[in-house]
Amino acid sequence: MSARERILERLRSVPVVPLPEPDLGAFQADPAAVSTRSSRTARIERFCERMNFWHGQVIRVTRRNWAASLRDLCADRGLRSLVHGQVTEFADELRAAGLPGLRVFDRPVDSWKAELFAEVDAGLTSTRGAIAETGTLIIWPDEREPRLLSLVPPIHFALLDADRIHDSLPEAMREQGWAAAMPANALLVSGPSKTADIQVTLAYGAHGPKELIVLLIVDEEEAR
Amino acid sequence: MSARPLKFVPASEFRARAAAAVADPQLRQSFRRAMDFLIERRAAQFPDAEVLDRQRRLAEQIRQYTLARLPDLLEQLERRLVDNGIQVHWAETAEEACTVIIDIARRHSAKLIVKGKSMVSEEVELNHALAAVGIDALESDMGEYIVQLDGEKPSHIIMPAIHKTREEIARLFADKVPGAAYTESVDELIGIGRAVLREKFISARIGLSGVNFAVAETGTLCLVENEGNGRMCTTVPDVHIAITGIEKVVEKLEHVPPLFGLLTRSATGQAITTYFNMISGPRRAGELDGPREVHLVLVDNGRTQAYADAQLRATLQCIRCGACMNHCPVYTRIGGHAYGTTYPGPIGGIVSPHLLGLAATHFMPTASSLCGACSEVCPVRIPIPDLLIRLRGEAQHDALHGHQPLLGQGAARNPLLDLVWTAWAVLYTHPQLHRAFLWLATRLRWLTPPRQSGWTASRTPLKPAARTLHEHMTSRRR
Ligand code: SF4
Repeated sequence: MSARERILERLRSVPVVPLPEPDLGAFQADPAAVSTRSSRTARIERFCERMNFWHGQVIRVTRRNWAASLRDLCADRGLRSLVHGQVTEFADELRAAGLPGLRVFDRPVDSWKAELFAEVDAGLTSTRGAIAETGTLIIWPDEREPRLLSLVPPIHFALLDADRIHDSLPEAMREQGWAAAMPANALLVSGPSKTADIQVTLAYGAHGPKELIVLLIVDEEEAR
Repeated sequence: MSARPLKFVPASEFRARAAAAVADPQLRQSFRRAMDFLIERRAAQFPDAEVLDRQRRLAEQIRQYTLARLPDLLEQLERRLVDNGIQVHWAETAEEACTVIIDIARRHSAKLIVKGKSMVSEEVELNHALAAVGIDALESDMGEYIVQLDGEKPSHIIMPAIHKTREEIARLFADKVPGAAYTESVDELIGIGRAVLREKFISARIGLSGVNFAVAETGTLCLVENEGNGRMCTTVPDVHIAITGIEKVVEKLEHVPPLFGLLTRSATGQAITTYFNMISGPRRAGELDGPREVHLVLVDNGRTQAYADAQLRATLQCIRCGACMNHCPVYTRIGGHAYGTTYPGPIGGIVSPHLLGLAATHFMPTASSLCGACSEVCPVRIPIPDLLIRLRGEAQHDALHGHQPLLGQGAARNPLLDLVWTAWAVLYTHPQLHRAFLWLATRLRWLTPPRQSGWTASRTPLKPAARTLHEHMTSRRR
């Protein structure tokens, strides 16, 4: 018998009374959680406040000016290179905005790992939405936007559409139908990488990005 | 029961280590400070006791529901993982788990494995097993990296280097990291670790991680972390090996948020961690990064023993948040190393006897005042004190009728103590004998020794009264 069979057999030999399926409503009965669906404005406010709490920066942009805003941000910080995925809409707008040092993540990382780690100042990704309750980005890397874009460069820029902010994680899972089609890698990201492993003193940029900057796409009138 | 090697940790050594820890003011201070910080941060996350109670009940329900279907869910998990292209391995013992991983490493001619945080890999002593065959295992969680650099083991399951001061770490880095200058700045120290480890993420063939939740419905491995080293280990190297205990499975994706929410808030007082990494397969066709191979090693190592007993099964509800340790009056005073086991504190007391056997661990359930703080904070409502009492008993006697003997059943049995209690039972069930005994005890009280082994270490000696209560009452009535 294999280890698998022995383990399963031992487990099966135990008489266990089946239990009813848990009632997830109990979790959602938390007033701060899902039960009350908040307004778009409240969700945006909550998301920004929480994201700031995690040391993530949120900058309100519009569909028209996001690339120009990103260019200015990069210039302010003296960034020389920005890597992004093969999302053509982005690429065109980024080029049109005149961003310097643009690079496309368009070949398997295996051939340029060291280069990616050493030479890129910032990475740009889109997001699949966000969670207001915890100030969390939902990122599903795919063949156009690889996983490492949001991990290796010291600064991570994330484009978030304000229409896609959900109240809570269970709601996002449900509304986006996660259980039916999980990607190879799905991520929740709440702020830049951090650690408190040395004498419980918080430090940012442990292994991943030192800064997370969310470009929040809002309507013209919301941009103020 | 299969033979498992016993890492023997005699009780006397535990006492000696505990005494040394209690006498070390620096260690005491490090722990006190860190535990107070964690206790406060956790409390701030749960302002409403009623809401918390509801959420803990739900988390308990989810875990119990899952355990009640464990064999089915493990098979479902395996099917879904295999569909997703993840290779599944089963290991009954610690050595088997190590062998599986060594075989994978050999197949890839790997000389170096970078590791994300995984308590199960500590539990099976993977680093030693790898070292024995010439494979380096490098811990990449900052805390784990620090303790590994100093040749130590973690002292806390969530904050491995919590026993160390900033100055000690500064010294350690300056001494052991090539080219590192002495600095006491936490940011700079983290920067040094970051630079060293980034090199290793690039060069390592294999990355290893633990698993917080394995979702049967979707075949997804969920990892909870703040640093990003877990993402590095599971994304940059060509091969990702995840290792976890068989109890980490949950049925549905929607069962994850309630557990995840309580895990991070109970552990570090965070509403959420920086990263929640959900892995449902290796790099897909057309994708430009991610591992080409993903393996999951499902480890038993004594868990089926806990599963077999209706009461002890609750041990497997644990989601390894560490809250019971942070709130334990014993753990916070002696720290993690005194226990000498991978899992210290209250959770260590209830889980270690299954992993290592009672012969090696019977002292652990006794290292508790049974105050109940652990079960009060436990997010999945494990009745830890009840389990500790049960295990204390199992260490002293044979298996009760209808129960399978545990590994090391009755290991702490003391023939002298057995005799004393048998005599006691006889005396107290025979009135005439009892009276005679009392008469003798009061008359011969001058014979009681002034030093009564452990008792007089911190108490005055016990001495029978000159006359029995019975005699007092009789004389008063006269
Ligand atoms: S026993 Fe409970 S409190 Fe302790 S680590 Fe496990 S889940 Fe957390």
